[in-house]
Amino acid sequence: MSTLEIRDLQVAVEDKEILRGVNLTVQAGQTHAIMGPNGSGKSTLAYAIAGHPKYTVTGGQVLLDGVDLLELSVDERARAGLFLAMQYPVEVPGVSVSNFLRSAVTAVRGEAPKLREFAKDLKGGMDALSIDPAFAQRNLNEGFSGGEKKRHEILQMELLKPKIAVLDETDSGLDVDALRVVSEGINRFRASGDTGVLLITHYTRILRYVKPDFVHVFAAGRIVEQGGPELADKLEAEGYEQYTKASA
Amino acid sequence: MGLNEKPLSTLHEKASYDLADFDVPTGREEAWRFTPLARLKGLHNGKAEAAGHVRVDVEAAPEVTVETVGRDDARVGKSFMPADRVSAQAWNSFEKATVITVPREAVTSKPTVLTLTGTGDGAAYGHIVVKVEPMAEAVLVLDHKGSAVYADNIEFVVGDGASLRVVSLQDWDDDAVHVSSHHASLAKDATFRSFVVTFGGDLVRLSPSVTYTAPGGDADMSGVYFVDAGQHLEHRLLVDHSQPNCKSNVDYRGALQGDRAHAVWIGDVIIRVEAEGTDTYELNRNLILTDGARADSVPNLEILTGEVAGAGHASASGRLDDEHIFYLQARGIPYDEARRLVVRGFLGQLIEKIQIDEIRERVMNALEAELNTAESVAEAAEPVAETVR
Ligand SMILES: Nc1ncnc2c1ncn2[C@@H]1O[C@H](COP(=O)(O)OP(=O)(O)O)[C@@H](O)[C@H]1O
Ligand SMILES: [Mg+2]
Repeated sequence: MSTLEIRDLQVAVEDKEILRGVNLTVQAGQTHAIMGPNGSGKSTLAYAIAGHPKYTVTGGQVLLDGVDLLELSVDERARAGLFLAMQYPVEVPGVSVSNFLRSAVTAVRGEAPKLREFAKDLKGGMDALSIDPAFAQRNLNEGFSGGEKKRHEILQMELLKPKIAVLDETDSGLDVDALRVVSEGINRFRASGDTGVLLITHYTRILRYVKPDFVHVFAAGRIVEQGGPELADKLEAEGYEQYTKASA
Repeated sequence: MGLNEKPLSTLHEKASYDLADFDVPTGREEAWRFTPLARLKGLHNGKAEAAGHVRVDVEAAPEVTVETVGRDDARVGKSFMPADRVSAQAWNSFEKATVITVPREAVTSKPTVLTLTGTGDGAAYGHIVVKVEPMAEAVLVLDHKGSAVYADNIEFVVGDGASLRVVSLQDWDDDAVHVSSHHASLAKDATFRSFVVTFGGDLVRLSPSVTYTAPGGDADMSGVYFVDAGQHLEHRLLVDHSQPNCKSNVDYRGALQGDRAHAVWIGDVIIRVEAEGTDTYELNRNLILTDGARADSVPNLEILTGEVAGAGHASASGRLDDEHIFYLQARGIPYDEARRLVVRGFLGQLIEKIQIDEIRERVMNALEAELNTAESVAEAAEPVAETVR
């Protein structure tokens, strides 16, 4: 049973304090939703956990099964079982999707997958997410639509099989059909084993497809309220106004 | 713009077969300011005695004729005039020229490969003429290897409706010095594709130029270079649009790593008054992988007519993009491999354009070897590896 434990995490960007003490524990088998207004620091949390060089951790710990992720390089964190589906996946010219995926799977598994097996997994994964097989030959994220990028993030998650997945606004910019396809992918992943999901979102609509066990409200760099799925319904009805006022 | 820079249209006006018409460069001239003259081993000042030898071996397509001729052969020196001191020195110093003729309407069944091997015992001067007669199509490989101090001129004369593809590999040993001028002359509706690959040598200065003798010519010039510690690799392109409705496209990309790795790229394009309907684009990009490496990139586009179909240029030199590396590392890919993927992608996109499978694979393998040495340099210097932590 894997556990991601975020303890009093404080993060700054360019000397500006963004996260002001975040505490959160995600266990395998659980889905946590983090909801909050734009600019509240949700992506900062995601990037800091993954180790993006722009974010400076000024205090706290992030433990994955007792290992302090903050001591590890970005790639070591991923190999330790962390996955971040990014809000804005990066275009990498000249690196093909299939080459990239094979390199990633090889790195995470510690050995190269058998070619036929990998081809089969890839095809199955792409089919399930309604991704055109031609994408395998395209350059990573280059010229992909917003929805295609997000589906491709979920494809990576399904292939890499992390212990804990952090999904940063994977739902934003998706039309209804794409939202359903992506949600099914997340649900497949949840059902696939002992995995935990930290679902960051601005809107409640994805929560109709991906049912959270816990909902956390994020404002001004910290968690300001926690509850069960019913908290999402309250946010749906009332918005974030009370929290932004309170923390301002 | 440099201090004593003249308008571009006058920059290339000077051309002569007479060595005395060119002063010995001092390094202050616009055309020489980037080149470390002391490392030219006398090619620029007349002190490089022609004691060395660069052997020319030709493996020709059956449709092609290959001749070794003297200085007085009527076909030699017809399509160009030397435009700088070293080119003039080479013109005045070579003894035998290689003339390759692709007969009218012939379509060659395989590439013609010229292997130029330096034997490392002094300076040498060369001259090659490649004549592609009307409606003919040919593919040519120039493979430079060994150790040499070598200056040469190569004429590519592409006839009406003819097509020539050239790959020029500068795969020299570490101590080689090579100053070369490629002169392509395109007749009516001629097509010229040039792909330059410069990985080897201590100092390579390659000046590919294109002129058009009639409308409808189409030139595409690509290049990749990988500059290691101490190497000076310089590419100076000149496309002179003097005829209406011609095209040119230039795309050169380089990676640099190691102390005093120096890349120079000059891209001069002139669109003269009479060259209406010209369509041109030139691009240079450099990826600087370590501290201590330097890329100078100077595009010059001078448009003297109001009637162009398209004209643009771009130049960008920079470090590996942190966001690229982060994305790959976030998927478990270690830093060194992420870096290799990005550099391989950056140059590989261009290398893909080489249509001869064997050569393309050889270039990819050479790139791979460079990337492996790059890795050890990066580890030793630890310049960027620490930023993604
Ligand atoms: N790279 C950055 N440079 C400067 N400020 C940043 C950067 N990233 C985030 N911020 C600031 O940090 C705050 C939180 O941003 P972010 O984490 O992206 O919020 P959210 O994902 O909740 O919309 C915002 O005020 C934003 O302007
Ligand atoms: Mg965000």
